[in-house]
Amino acid sequence: MSRVRADEEEYWHSSKFRAFTFDDEDDELSQLKESKRTVNSLRDIVDDDDDDLERVSWSGEPVGSISWSIKETASGSTSSLDGRDSSLQKGSSSYAALPKQASSYSLSSLFKGRNKLSSFQSLSDALTDTGVKNYAPELRRPKAEYKDYSSDWSPKDTVRRMQRGKVCSLERFRSLQDKLVLLDEAVAGHDGNVITAVLIFLKRTLRREILFRELEVRQVALCHLIHFLREMGEQKFLLDLLRFLDRTEEVALSQYREHLNIQDVEKRREFLKGCIGLPFSAEDTSHIQDHYTLLERQIIIEANDRHLEMSGQSELFRKYPRKASILNMPLVTTLFYSCFYHYTEAEGMFSSPTNLKKTFKIPDKQYVLTALAARAKLRAWGDVDALLTTKNWLGYTKKKAPIGFHRVVEILQRNNAPVQVLQEYVRLVEDVDTRLNLATKYKCHDVVIETYRDLKDRIQLTEYKCKVERGSAEEEKIHSILSN
Amino acid sequence: IAQYSLLKEHEVEKMFTLKPGRLPPADVKNIIFFVRPKLELMDIITDNVLREDRGRSPQRDFHILFVPRRSLLCEQWLKEQGVLGSFIHREQYSLDLIPFDGDLLSMESESAFKECYLESDQTSLYHAAKGLMTLQALYGTIPQIFGKGDCARHVANMMIRMKREFPGSQNSIFPVFDTLLLLDRNVDLLTPLATQLTYEGLIDEIYGIQNTYVKLPPEKFAPKKQGEGGKDLPTEPKKLQLNSAEELYAEIRDKNFNAVGSVLSKKAKIISAAFEERHHAKTVGEIKQFVSQLPHMQAARSSLANHTSIAELIKDITTSEDFFDNLTVEQEFMSGIDTDKVNNYIEDCIAQKHPLIKILRLVCLQSVCNSGLKQKVLDHYKREILQTYGYEHILTLNNLEKAGLLKPQTGGRNNYPTIRKTLRLWMDDVNEQNPNDISYVYSGYAPLSVRLAQLLARPGWRSIEEVLKMLPGPHFEERQQLPTGLQKKRQHGENRVTLVFFLGGVTYAEIAALRFLSQMEDGGTEYIIATTKLINGTTWIKSLMEKLEPAPF
Repeated sequence: MSRVRADEEEYWHSSKFRAFTFDDEDDELSQLKESKRTVNSLRDIVDDDDDDLERVSWSGEPVGSISWSIKETASGSTSSLDGRDSSLQKGSSSYAALPKQASSYSLSSLFKGRNKLSSFQSLSDALTDTGVKNYAPELRRPKAEYKDYSSDWSPKDTVRRMQRGKVCSLERFRSLQDKLVLLDEAVAGHDGNVITAVLIFLKRTLRREILFRELEVRQVALCHLIHFLREMGEQKFLLDLLRFLDRTEEVALSQYREHLNIQDVEKRREFLKGCIGLPFSAEDTSHIQDHYTLLERQIIIEANDRHLEMSGQSELFRKYPRKASILNMPLVTTLFYSCFYHYTEAEGMFSSPTNLKKTFKIPDKQYVLTALAARAKLRAWGDVDALLTTKNWLGYTKKKAPIGFHRVVEILQRNNAPVQVLQEYVRLVEDVDTRLNLATKYKCHDVVIETYRDLKDRIQLTEYKCKVERGSAEEEKIHSILSN
Repeated sequence: IAQYSLLKEHEVEKMFTLKPGRLPPADVKNIIFFVRPKLELMDIITDNVLREDRGRSPQRDFHILFVPRRSLLCEQWLKEQGVLGSFIHREQYSLDLIPFDGDLLSMESESAFKECYLESDQTSLYHAAKGLMTLQALYGTIPQIFGKGDCARHVANMMIRMKREFPGSQNSIFPVFDTLLLLDRNVDLLTPLATQLTYEGLIDEIYGIQNTYVKLPPEKFAPKKQGEGGKDLPTEPKKLQLNSAEELYAEIRDKNFNAVGSVLSKKAKIISAAFEERHHAKTVGEIKQFVSQLPHMQAARSSLANHTSIAELIKDITTSEDFFDNLTVEQEFMSGIDTDKVNNYIEDCIAQKHPLIKILRLVCLQSVCNSGLKQKVLDHYKREILQTYGYEHILTLNNLEKAGLLKPQTGGRNNYPTIRKTLRLWMDDVNEQNPNDISYVYSGYAPLSVRLAQLLARPGWRSIEEVLKMLPGPHFEERQQLPTGLQKKRQHGENRVTLVFFLGGVTYAEIAALRFLSQMEDGGTEYIIATTKLINGTTWIKSLMEKLEPAPF
């Protein structure tokens, strides 16, 4: 016994080797009993001297097995541990009846592997250096079904067992060749759970370059690893992998995605700045550049406006307090904001709408629409008029709306524009039917009457007479037209 | 799915829905988490476990049951959070296919499409194959397997492999299904993008049907009792279960919405006539008979009231200008009009900041109907979307491109018109009231997927080889040998039964179309439908969107 123990101690201390098992309880009761027995057997092997047994937790720090497990368990329900412990005492007698080689498979397999330790050690050391996460050995509950322990499964059998959710130790697969066969089998099984399991094993036991190289020719497995890394947030490893594969655009996007996790705007801005140089597609690069510029602007505007609002000097801010900060808002929202609060500013100002329009090459249509909505909301009808008026080179003015006047009317109406204002634009709607529709809907009587007059539609005009107020100017107008 | 009372019989004290924070107090020793293997859920569980009152006694035992499979990733996550050891049992409950209705099975894994096409993770296909094996164990080996698409090929391969690996699984059950048809969602990306126009489809589009339940705004369902004066309107959304067990719903669910109104009013007349009959009941026997029918009539009446209310709600929306405009654009695209330039309506919608998903649906629809957009058009849409909705959506657009929903036209050839003409995807004369073709479910557009199923039954896929080659992925046919004793001797006039498995999701409208085919008198084929998830365009696009909210931890 002591020899075993010495071996073991040496083993754990020298190699930091971690067992890798999958545990599973198929027939809960019988298996649980068995696992308890195995736990006992384990305790005997380690001679009840827990402190000597080094375990490695997820964080990679060695921890005393039992104390660690107590901590772990205490966080949840201690009763499970209590129950386990008491059955440990009780069960220790039953352990004696067990054949020796029937003790924990995962451990004995480790011992078998000792001769090859040196070569293995270098590998695992190399891996520890690169900061790969490791899995704690499932010493507390190594898996049971004894009949399986004696047989050596082929990669195929192993995969099949794992698919059924059974326990398998993958440590037996030592040579690169074996591991790859195992991986191929897993891939052929299409079960992502198993593929991921094998990949975790490979990731832990193979050097990066080898792993990457082999995965390059195994696309399915590769996708699984990428997915796994993404889920676990192992950003660095992921980027290394993508870089190795020369998937530069994915590297860029993946890195860009990170910015979503950065709450602090200053840091986010810095991060985005760093993203600009990444190898995006040409089209995307300009978008990323814009994203950075926009945030930069927003930070400046936000700082100014917050100050302005707090000081209470600006009437605009007092009358219409800001509902939310402008940070991280989309471009069009920012434009609306600037049209609302900073409409009259000179182009040189960062917060002026014209500056935004120029910097981000906002199309006319989009600009007019946004500005219109903002000014209409403030009921600044003069601005609306100016926005839609263009001068040609002869100095004539002309009303023009790149979005179509029916849309202008809609927006104005939504902001409760008075009939006089509305009327002016309804009149400019080109399509006669739409114009009549809108005019009737929003009670722009003049427009309706004029349109019918132009259409020379006496019947409709007569009919419309009953819709206008009796004795009003409109009725008068209809009369005069009809009598002509 | 299981009723609460049934669990109670099995000595389950209380059932809680999973939510973060402290577990509700209950005087129980065992707590079982019954979860899908997803990392977000693992975080909630971690939270639950960590906040568990440590001083209480008796201590609680935790168990965790994964549905349908244990996931290593999840267990590692739990371990990283330091709570894995708290679970005494970690088990899986292999529930692959969940029956939703008499003819509908779903795996309810909403991420299946994303996993298959975005992440190339075929685990859900593995589950699909497992589910099919279970189905075969229960209903007999399916002699013929047809399929179209890469995923379909994979599933078929897996099934054949599983069969080979478990030779003992040869069962002696007389086969119920004659044919299995496996269809990839990416063979037909178009159908889910279009707005469904069947009654059930519209309920799903507008309110979202989840696990056969729908939540509706309560206003229309206020109890109309005298004296109350509408004082206490219910504020909770009204929850209704929808399935074919309800006679009226079974009749109208698959109808085009325009045909629902007339059915409802007809029903209303029949029911009021039935109630009127009590005045004619003269003899005691007649009265007794009337009374015995009362419960049935009451149920019919309340069901009618419910559906009239729902129909009114939907009508409000379908008659709105925006719904009409949207539909017009969709139909233009599907019939191949102006698919190669920037669409005004889409631009307007972006300018008005309509929901992003709606925009994406339309743009993707245009892209699919044009076999990809011209680079200039695509760039224009992208720019507008990013400027209006935020640059971070670049990630979502990227996902859509990867899934093939949004792409630049390559090779300059547009295959869609050929596909449309050969498969008769667009029918100009649709009869919505008494349909004679499946195109009624989209008022003109016949779902490609269902057309494939229809043509497979008659005259067979050989007639459309050319078009099949244009659609992505291989098409294939496999046969599974049956022992001679089990081979069906078909009676004349007996219907063949086909199981159609949609890998990556199916819409209610497609289901309606298949049910319509089953009911056709000269069809000769009945369809049972299975899928990875019931979807509509909105939920589908959503599943492909990048989660932009930072994770809550």
